[in-house]
Amino acid sequence: MSALRSISFDTVIVGGGGAGMRAALQLAQSGYKTAVISKVFPTRSHTVSAQGGITCAIGSDDPEDDWRWHMYDTVKGSDYIGDQDAIEYMCSEGPQTVFELDHMGLPFSRTENGRIYQRPFGGQSKDFGKGGQAARTCAAADRTGHALLHTLYQGNLKNNTVFFNEWYATDLVKNQDGAIVGVIAICIESGETVFVHSKATVFATGGAGRIYASTTNALINTGDGPGMALRAGYPMQDMEMWQFHPTGIYGAGTLITEGCRGEGGYLINADGERFMERYAPNAKDLAGRDVVARSMVLEMLEGRGCGEQGDHVMLKLDHLGEEVLNAKLPGILELSRTFAHVDPVQQPIPVVPTCHYMMGGIPTNVHGQALSQNPNGEDTIIEGLFAVGEAACVSVHGANRLGGNSLLDLVVFGRAAGKHIEEMLAQGLEQREASDSDVEQAMARLNRLNTSSGGESVPRLRSELQNIMQNHFGVFRKGEFMQQGIDKLAALRGRISNVHLEDKSGTFNTARIEALELENLFEVAEATAIAAEARNESRGAHARDDFRERDDENWLCHSLYFPAEKRIAKRAVNFSPKTVDTFEPTIRTY
Amino acid sequence: MLVSIYRHNPETDTKPVMQDIEVDIPAGKDLMVLDVLALAKEKDSTIAYRRSCREGVCGSDGMNINGSNGLACITPISEAVKPGGKLVLRPLPGLPVIRDLVVDMAIFYKQYEKIKPYLINNDPAPAIERLQSPQQREKLDGLYECILCACCSTNCPSFWWNPDKFIGPAGLLQAYRFLADSRDTATTERLAGLGDPFSVFRCRGIMNCVAVCPKGLNPTRAIGHIRNMLIPQCR
Repeated sequence: MSALRSISFDTVIVGGGGAGMRAALQLAQSGYKTAVISKVFPTRSHTVSAQGGITCAIGSDDPEDDWRWHMYDTVKGSDYIGDQDAIEYMCSEGPQTVFELDHMGLPFSRTENGRIYQRPFGGQSKDFGKGGQAARTCAAADRTGHALLHTLYQGNLKNNTVFFNEWYATDLVKNQDGAIVGVIAICIESGETVFVHSKATVFATGGAGRIYASTTNALINTGDGPGMALRAGYPMQDMEMWQFHPTGIYGAGTLITEGCRGEGGYLINADGERFMERYAPNAKDLAGRDVVARSMVLEMLEGRGCGEQGDHVMLKLDHLGEEVLNAKLPGILELSRTFAHVDPVQQPIPVVPTCHYMMGGIPTNVHGQALSQNPNGEDTIIEGLFAVGEAACVSVHGANRLGGNSLLDLVVFGRAAGKHIEEMLAQGLEQREASDSDVEQAMARLNRLNTSSGGESVPRLRSELQNIMQNHFGVFRKGEFMQQGIDKLAALRGRISNVHLEDKSGTFNTARIEALELENLFEVAEATAIAAEARNESRGAHARDDFRERDDENWLCHSLYFPAEKRIAKRAVNFSPKTVDTFEPTIRTY
Repeated sequence: MLVSIYRHNPETDTKPVMQDIEVDIPAGKDLMVLDVLALAKEKDSTIAYRRSCREGVCGSDGMNINGSNGLACITPISEAVKPGGKLVLRPLPGLPVIRDLVVDMAIFYKQYEKIKPYLINNDPAPAIERLQSPQQREKLDGLYECILCACCSTNCPSFWWNPDKFIGPAGLLQAYRFLADSRDTATTERLAGLGDPFSVFRCRGIMNCVAVCPKGLNPTRAIGHIRNMLIPQCR
């Protein structure tokens, strides 16, 4: 493989969704040689599916709105393991970042006075939880992600970013000093494999919801960045924290935005009761997503679920009227008619909590620099590697993400990483060398797959993996049962690394890509399983039947999963924002 | 159910063939065409097609389904096939085939890029957003929602004939999206790039684009608006 072609850039960004394209835009504007590698044409990335909006205190709905209130909500939403310096940065930089998107052309919905329309979302408050429900989520109807993603792609076209569309990164290339020097990537159309050599490598590969059998996530959400980082031996943070969105369409898994409840919709059980009034008397249907999802499952467990199996509840929207639904939630009408065969103007939508978002990921600082930990428990920077967006854990979401904060995370930290790399390049960041053997080592997995002669097929192994995760690591978790799941995963590892690629052709071989994705799914699933079993408490999205309380004494911290030893370490949460007082942990109610 | 799929791998095949595959559909279920394709791929892993969101918003899986362009993920088989009939899947027409159902979309994207698909406004930006009334914003409805799936342009005879010179319905819909945006100040420059005999005026009002748009958009109407804006300039 020494004949491998090599191409060089100042920065290579893996992933063409919101975070990757925002980082790319920053660097392209400053004239540095930037490439985006995306396994799909960028506007097909999963950001496109975000519906409800981008939460940010721009002061349109309420001129008195304050980013500190947004920060308070986010810290509380995270169940206090979100890093307060990072949340402070996101909430305070947010307004400028959103205005930039408008200047770039994002077609936000508008208020009568011409400003950006904001809708109420879950977990939002005014005046540090004392002033009632806020409306802070900036929206382009219910297609905000689509509008944002297309706008960012357009901005990159304007600034001549180099795109490698339908290229797939397979593994990191690490040199003898332990620094990241680029990635191995396949051109899907031709099958050619190249070494993409770069001064900085940014993972913006998105989520990995496809580790679960039922998910709102796109088929492409296979955790490629975390998978590559884990194979390179780097740790993952807070991988036990997976968000189950309260309203996935029953049976299909497609997302129904929280904006439905923001606009006045609510959940009902088989008795037609608005049950969230019992679980969250103040915020009701707009409590944190973890709270709403758990309440729904409890309703079903206690026999008040809808349908013959009692395995879902209903989201009622018809009382909002056809006019409001057409204006504010047109995409939801479309999705409900297509996937649930109901017309929300007349009938409620059958919904069920569905895997939606990975709060954990590659640990980073606010500049997007990937982190590891030395034996003394201190943070160390992984030279050359950055991560942004859902693949990263900076951590602004902690144990539970608030709706509308993912799009903000993407653009704020995509931009921040871009700016930081820009600075490093301006200060003369050098291209680190890689030897042939460094490159060959990174090629090992692909070479093995390309010469596979036996073993099981991808779809079968993938669905086995997804079922283990769905059954053993769902909304409610129990130690012994999780241990069984971990054992099943351990038995699956060998079978997956022996997966058979029947089709060895080069041209647009999607079977090869799916086989490579499967290994990433597995790495992410195992990290999730081991981290979930280790965290002996209930916090945010991680709810344990055998440890029902939050345990601040032992677990007010991040978990770090180290793949080589399959070991869980702890990492301190940041409680030191720069410009505001610390938000101290208190009991979290809505 | 019998599924007939267009197969061609340029590495090994001299010409394309239609391959028939029998797929077991779970009883009582109305699957989407994309689900059927996934079942077919479990039987034959060499079938190539694009897919991503599986909910009709990313535009990856545009293909020709029983003679009509559409998105596989939001087309139920009950809609595509008569009871007892065969599901016939071909690549989008008029573009070069890379492999099986995967077409080369380079010329489609090139036409999109030609219309400068980004907001142009060189006035200094305000400290907040550029204000826009709900009425001004409403003008973008039915335009910005395009997902670039290419179902329309590859269903357009004018695009088949002049894919290098006629922008095509998808690109023109976006051309009008920026012409209609109150925040954009480049109307004159944009129109100057569209007044030749091909870019816009090759549209013959056939409305094949409208007939197949999976998002229910109307490129022909947008093209009509651009024509109206161009006519005074062409005099």
